[in-house]
Amino acid sequence: MTKGKIVGLEGSFAVAEAVRMANADVIAAYPITPQTHIVERLSEMVADGDLDADFICVESEHSAMSACVGASAAGARVFTCSAGQGLELMHEVLYIPSSMRLPVVAVAANRALSAPLSVWCDHSDVMALRDISWIQMFAENNQQAFDLTTCAYRIAEDKDVLFPTMVHIDGFYLSHVIEDMVLPEEEEVAGFIPDYEHPFVLDPDKPVSMGCYGPPFIYPETKKAQDVAFDNTRPKIQEIWDEFGEIFGRHYSPVESYKMDGARIALLTMGSCSETAMLAVDELREAGIDVGLIRLRLWRPFPFKELREAVKQLDLLVVLDRAISFGMGGPVCSELKSALYNKREDLKIVGFIAGLGGRDIQISEFKYMVTQAQEKVKAIERGEEVETEIIGVREGGGR
Amino acid sequence: MEKEEDLFVPRQVTTEENFAPGHRACIGCGEALAVRYVCKALGKNVIIVTATGCIEIFSSLLPQTSWQMAWIHTLFENVAAVMSGIESAYKVRVRKGKIPDKNVKFVGFGGDGATTDIGIQALSGAMERGHDFLYVCYDNEAYMNTGIQRSSSTPYGAWTTTAPVGKKSSIGQVTWKKNMPEIAVAHNIPYVATASPSYPLDLMAKVKRGAEMDGPAYIHILSVCPTGWRSPTDITIELGRLAVETGVFPLYEVIDGEYNLSVDLPDLKPVTEYLKKQGRFKHLNDDTIATIQTRVEEDYVKLREKAGVK
Amino acid sequence: MGGEGLGWKDLEIGFVVTEPGNASSYKTGDWRSERPIRENERCIKCGLCYIYCPEACIHEDEEGYFEADLYYCKGCGICAHECPRSVISMVEEKEE
Repeated sequence: MTKGKIVGLEGSFAVAEAVRMANADVIAAYPITPQTHIVERLSEMVADGDLDADFICVESEHSAMSACVGASAAGARVFTCSAGQGLELMHEVLYIPSSMRLPVVAVAANRALSAPLSVWCDHSDVMALRDISWIQMFAENNQQAFDLTTCAYRIAEDKDVLFPTMVHIDGFYLSHVIEDMVLPEEEEVAGFIPDYEHPFVLDPDKPVSMGCYGPPFIYPETKKAQDVAFDNTRPKIQEIWDEFGEIFGRHYSPVESYKMDGARIALLTMGSCSETAMLAVDELREAGIDVGLIRLRLWRPFPFKELREAVKQLDLLVVLDRAISFGMGGPVCSELKSALYNKREDLKIVGFIAGLGGRDIQISEFKYMVTQAQEKVKAIERGEEVETEIIGVREGGGR
Repeated sequence: MEKEEDLFVPRQVTTEENFAPGHRACIGCGEALAVRYVCKALGKNVIIVTATGCIEIFSSLLPQTSWQMAWIHTLFENVAAVMSGIESAYKVRVRKGKIPDKNVKFVGFGGDGATTDIGIQALSGAMERGHDFLYVCYDNEAYMNTGIQRSSSTPYGAWTTTAPVGKKSSIGQVTWKKNMPEIAVAHNIPYVATASPSYPLDLMAKVKRGAEMDGPAYIHILSVCPTGWRSPTDITIELGRLAVETGVFPLYEVIDGEYNLSVDLPDLKPVTEYLKKQGRFKHLNDDTIATIQTRVEEDYVKLREKAGVK
Repeated sequence: MGGEGLGWKDLEIGFVVTEPGNASSYKTGDWRSERPIRENERCIKCGLCYIYCPEACIHEDEEGYFEADLYYCKGCGICAHECPRSVISMVEEKEE
């Protein structure tokens, strides 16, 4: 088992430590709450000489990702981080490293979207990034923020992967909260993420053209190639997580379970609220309800196989969304229904929305979701329309 | 400025062509010609970043490329930011001993839309941060690639598809051309110049100077566009020359803040000689032409003052 | 165009093009409606036609005269217009 020391670190600092130990060459970032502590810490590391990197203080998130693309195309190991509106401004550029197969690593400190302005956590920003063809994974505590960022470099840069990778950490819940965690030895991390060489680099001695124009006679072929390559990253991601587990003693997989033995009902969550959901599951189990928890660790590429395996024994899946797909319901719930369609006709899936714009999700609310979901199943069986409920939202209307 | 020496050019320029023929630029394209000169002047020890636009479209139709050197295109508005990343990556990798230092030059290409409109923020950021790069703006004075829509670099009185000449007292573009070289100068960068493909030796000398300069350099090239300017394809060079001789597009350099006129013309030709050859100005009446004449003269006087020419 | 027959498995990672300048296989000469013809007796071999060609398709021959490569020449007429000795004239292309 690995050495390392137990330290108390903020999620943002945990991410910065991972980037430092990865020995990133170029960091390009623009400050935005709640990502700021990551860039501040990295700036200090560069200023102190603890990290030999160029920190490009760009003038926008659009330029942050653009500079990462350029640096990655020139062969550098790069990092950026953003949140909410910043990811939206960056949005156009996010498609570039994935299409051009550049292993940019980014961390998103998840945040709600305007209007009204909210700097607080939800997953609206993530849900706008579903189709960018980045490998995306969720951390639920600061240890995972460190571990997954470390793994992100190894995954992104693998010659059988070469896709940009994004780690989602919930804004404030992780970015600004100090937890104790194990910080591994630098040498061990360095050994886990060796230097890499991309097959194509911008080099005057071996000139290539990157980012050529794709007319209709060839564009569909480019997208098919990208889609196949992206799908094929799944086994490699698991392989790298397994190797990480062997070295560092912490194991990750695309879909992770909690108290699923004999469960007929399961909650499904992503991100930091999973730990609250665990406490709810503990209490429900004590009350004799056969409930467990499924956490989606890997969000893209979507873990179809592992999800189907996880829900095999279930009668009811209760999905929590921290975002609204307006006019459609909860986006994660929609995707799960789509992923399980034609596979488990007898499985009922009920979605709830909670935790918008930083509103805390209580243990009692997870318990309410489980109870209420069973009522909704009855209503569905009676043929009634069941709308997606936003937990804890006030009705008002009495004025 | 060369006069006699302009003749017998093969003895003065390299025969090396770093921008391959077979590109899909329109017939008589001044921009393609400018790209040819810039690439000749740069040689192959460069990494080029190009914005979305005519150049990228006519040079990089998958699975073919006209570029003989390391080249990348990603988006419309981010050339200077991509360039920043490349330049930083190179510097850091040299510092860390991962690659040898071969004095590679970093050069960004953008049209007037990519430079003066949508990409001005990224360019301003890169100039402010002081990356060591050369940015070349190929100014054909409108969004030609999308079909001749006006940009902030479109000259006063020019017809474009979004600044049309309407039935109701419309003259086309009603704003004055944004002075992008002056905006570059305001960033206190070591090198700013204007150039024209009609003066190839001057253009290539400026590209070399700009590329050699430590820190950001900016060159603004007026690129005649027969398609968008509604001009015959064979007068591309003549129009570029007239733009200079009328004072519409003066050639100058600003080195560390010091202005130098590349061609000083005490007696400017009337602007009408330049305007009348282009379909985009054919609707202009004498009053509008007089307004343009006055403005061009005033601007030229200001420029001469900056250059210390009385 | 070139590349119409390529399948998705034929593309490089990231759709990179690895052969510099391979667009030179693309023929732009058939865009031409007029071709340049020369009367070299008056030519002073100044090379202005060479330098002003947007296609970079005019080359110096062994005798120092210049000739346009009609595989690329789009027939813009710049060379004819700029020639100080009116050596070059543009003539209409005819269907062969």
